[in-house]
Amino acid sequence: MNKPLRRIAIFCGLLVLTLLIRDNWLQYVKADDLKDDEHNRRVAIARYASPRGDIIVDGKAITGHATTDGDFKYKRTYKDGAMWAPVTGYVSQVYGATQLEAIDDGILTGNDDRLFFRNTLDMITGKQKEGGNVVTTLNAAAQKAAYNGLKAQGGKGAVVALEPSTGKILALASFPSYDPSTIAGDGASDGKAWQKLQKKNNPDDPMLNRALREVYPPGSTFKVVTAAAALEHGKYTEADQKTETPLPWIMPGTTTPLKNEGNIPCEDATLRVALQYSCNTVFGKIGADLGNEKMLETAKKFGFTEEQFTPVRSSASVFSDDMNDSQTALSSIGQFNTAATPLQMAMVAAAVANNGTLMKPYMVDELQAPNLDTIEKTDPEEYSKPLSAENAQILQSMMETVVKDGTGKNAQIPGVTVGGKTGTAQHGVENSENPYAWFISYAKQSDNSSPVAVAVVIEDENANRDDISGGGLAAPIAKSVMEAVINSKK
Amino acid sequence: MSSTNTPHSPTHHTSTIGAIGAPSRRNTELALLVFAVVIPVFAYANVGLAINDEVPAGLLSYGLGLGLLAGVGHLVVRKFAPYADPLLLPLATLLNGLGLVAIWRLDQSELLQSIKQAGTAAPRQLLYTALGIALFIAVVIFLKDHRVLQRYTYISMVGALFLLLLPLVPGLGQNIYGAKIWISVAGFSIQPGEFAKIVLAVFFAGYLMVKRDALALASRRFMGLYLPRGRDLGPILVVWAISILILVFETDLGTSLLFFGMFVIMLYVATERTSWIVFGLLMSAAGAVGVASFEPHIQQRVDAWLDPMREYTLSRANEVGHSEQAMQALWAFGSGGTLGTGWGQGHSDLIRFAANSDFILATFGEELGLAGVMALLLLYALIAERGVRTALAARDPFGKLLAIGLSGAFALQVFVVAGGVMGLIPLTGMTMPFLAYGGSSVIANWALIGILLRISDTARRPAPAPAANPDAEMTQVVRPS
Repeated sequence: MNKPLRRIAIFCGLLVLTLLIRDNWLQYVKADDLKDDEHNRRVAIARYASPRGDIIVDGKAITGHATTDGDFKYKRTYKDGAMWAPVTGYVSQVYGATQLEAIDDGILTGNDDRLFFRNTLDMITGKQKEGGNVVTTLNAAAQKAAYNGLKAQGGKGAVVALEPSTGKILALASFPSYDPSTIAGDGASDGKAWQKLQKKNNPDDPMLNRALREVYPPGSTFKVVTAAAALEHGKYTEADQKTETPLPWIMPGTTTPLKNEGNIPCEDATLRVALQYSCNTVFGKIGADLGNEKMLETAKKFGFTEEQFTPVRSSASVFSDDMNDSQTALSSIGQFNTAATPLQMAMVAAAVANNGTLMKPYMVDELQAPNLDTIEKTDPEEYSKPLSAENAQILQSMMETVVKDGTGKNAQIPGVTVGGKTGTAQHGVENSENPYAWFISYAKQSDNSSPVAVAVVIEDENANRDDISGGGLAAPIAKSVMEAVINSKK
Repeated sequence: MSSTNTPHSPTHHTSTIGAIGAPSRRNTELALLVFAVVIPVFAYANVGLAINDEVPAGLLSYGLGLGLLAGVGHLVVRKFAPYADPLLLPLATLLNGLGLVAIWRLDQSELLQSIKQAGTAAPRQLLYTALGIALFIAVVIFLKDHRVLQRYTYISMVGALFLLLLPLVPGLGQNIYGAKIWISVAGFSIQPGEFAKIVLAVFFAGYLMVKRDALALASRRFMGLYLPRGRDLGPILVVWAISILILVFETDLGTSLLFFGMFVIMLYVATERTSWIVFGLLMSAAGAVGVASFEPHIQQRVDAWLDPMREYTLSRANEVGHSEQAMQALWAFGSGGTLGTGWGQGHSDLIRFAANSDFILATFGEELGLAGVMALLLLYALIAERGVRTALAARDPFGKLLAIGLSGAFALQVFVVAGGVMGLIPLTGMTMPFLAYGGSSVIANWALIGILLRISDTARRPAPAPAANPDAEMTQVVRPS
């Protein structure tokens, strides 16, 4: 009987050997795949095991953390979450992360490679792992002015404010917004809040970042770009030069005259007057005369057709490249296919205010290690030079006239030079829907430097159609944002 | 027939030599037992420090309890089975002790507490352990000679069938996650299959000992294999049919495989005919495939084995009848890696249901890593090896068959459970002997160790038991001493 016994012994040995091989396959060969599998809850548990670093505005954290029940130890909290949501994005234990929370996740969780040495040291000394901080360029007062302005207005809208000389984003507001604190956890209430915020359940789409991700027809504010194109391509050399524009002006290739809003002095108006009264005929003709190609060239220099990475991505603004002259004419007054993000129009105002040099917009000033050492600092970077300094100054004087004597009087600030441009863009089939009210502007200090450029857009479904005009709805918000920036510099 | 069992006259010479040659090894056992108690105590302290930052309050009583149980076991063995194998008791104690620690560790999981899967399992398991060791002691004391069991061959058969059928009795049987291998008595869930394993081994050993010559010799040779006669196929067909019935009615692949495998092993050892192995493999394959083709529960287990990620997704989508356990177990093993997270620092509670019973190996996998699981598997291999060694050393065919049956079944069970949890084979409803939470398993396996110890004691005892030849006994009696 012993021979089969020995064979059974070998058989038992083989059974165990098979198990040992399988175990090695599982825990050595496949270990990392299993460990880092996105469905493996341990990945998320580790992620929320230590408090997340903060996002900082003006030296104060606009984020925080709270301990939670269950296997996720910490969750994100936000101070004035709805106001800052377009900046921070959200980080949720269930729904992942977006915007700054996602882009700088490595720093905030402390998992970034640049923190590796520090983490290892902390592990040895037994210190709890900490996340680093993201210091933003934003200005709390300006953001507050922007968000509260939109909120008081009640309609959907967005505000972007830039520092023209550096490209720093000072305000980035979107309304309606949402409080990312409500979806940060993994409880039932977080799930409910999330469902409520989804576009299919909420036509207002509060999670849409209108400042960066929505493109609107810019309407008359685009005339600043068209004026820049006219100056840059040498069509006109002065603000007070007659433009030799007939009234009515028939769009080339058609029998349709381009209409002006109301009875305004546009016949043969100067650039200054045309901008002051927002003459469609003058700027439509400039666009048609310059042609699609030259208009596109200037628009591109201002940032059109390209996504901006602030580092949060913005949508690309649109200026088509295959239009005939009448379409180009319409596009040059901010209609037809032309569409811009609020960030884009703020860049236009900033480029003019910064004497023709457009700085790349950015919102992260620096990344800090948990002990506040700087890991990475963003230096201002020139994006392009859409117009010469002389032409920029010509355009400035025109925009300042708009605020002083034209459609933008609501943006006047005592003792401060303000240049701006209103816009009222039609949209919808046969212009059936409520127009968008736009206002772009900049403020200039006595030394001719500009601390702030703003773009405001409001889409108001409830307001009386006649009431909607850039000067009426949007300019007051732009004014309060500019004032906030100027006051915070004092 | 083996050389150790060749008939010889029991003269004084052999017994005298035997007495010198076979040390009892009881002190070895005692030394090993110290480790078998100290290692789990350290593990217990480790869990407490990791989870609560303090040495657990129950450390002393746990250590004393385990030490006391092991100590009493040792003393009984020293007194009643002095020549028994010195490794089996320490190995079982170590596995049982580590199992208790892992169960206590899972008791600390808030997740498992919230779904009533753990919380007070460790004290109960300690009670089961005490009962198990009591049964072990009873076996060692009262089973003076394992050959006594031979008398109960056919009673064992009836008993085993009774135990196997119990879960099918309406009102008594429980259907837990598809497998019907439990019965519920006075609030306790009992897995009769664990006890049936031992009783069946007794039956098979007694039956095969009697029939083995007929089964082995009366056969025709065909293509290099000895084919048994048609009527000799009877017993294996009956056992096969019973296994299939278990599979169909209790829908548990593991139990079915275990019993059939045990029978084939014992049949092969009894007859030394390889053809039985071939037959056995063919029949089990045919049976498993046949039943899987119409039994949805088995199909689902196979599907979950082939694609655990799909099963996880279905379970997450709240599809009825699907479970994320298999995938969660794989993640636990993978996240443990080579060295593991350390006691108390893993998240194997994510397995949720049966995390401390069927899936307890995953906790070891995550917290002790590849190294720990390999060590555990080798401990199991050692138990099986000591069992086989006992079979080799046994002097009587019944003892040989019983020992190989029990240790073969033990090894098969370890393979079926560990293989299932590690995704090597489809999951079954069995548990890791000694490690897993569950009274039936712990108690039955302690009894199994007790029987193996008894056989090994008889085998290694210097004064051999009276030979089977009655003539020789007669001669011995009349000889003046």
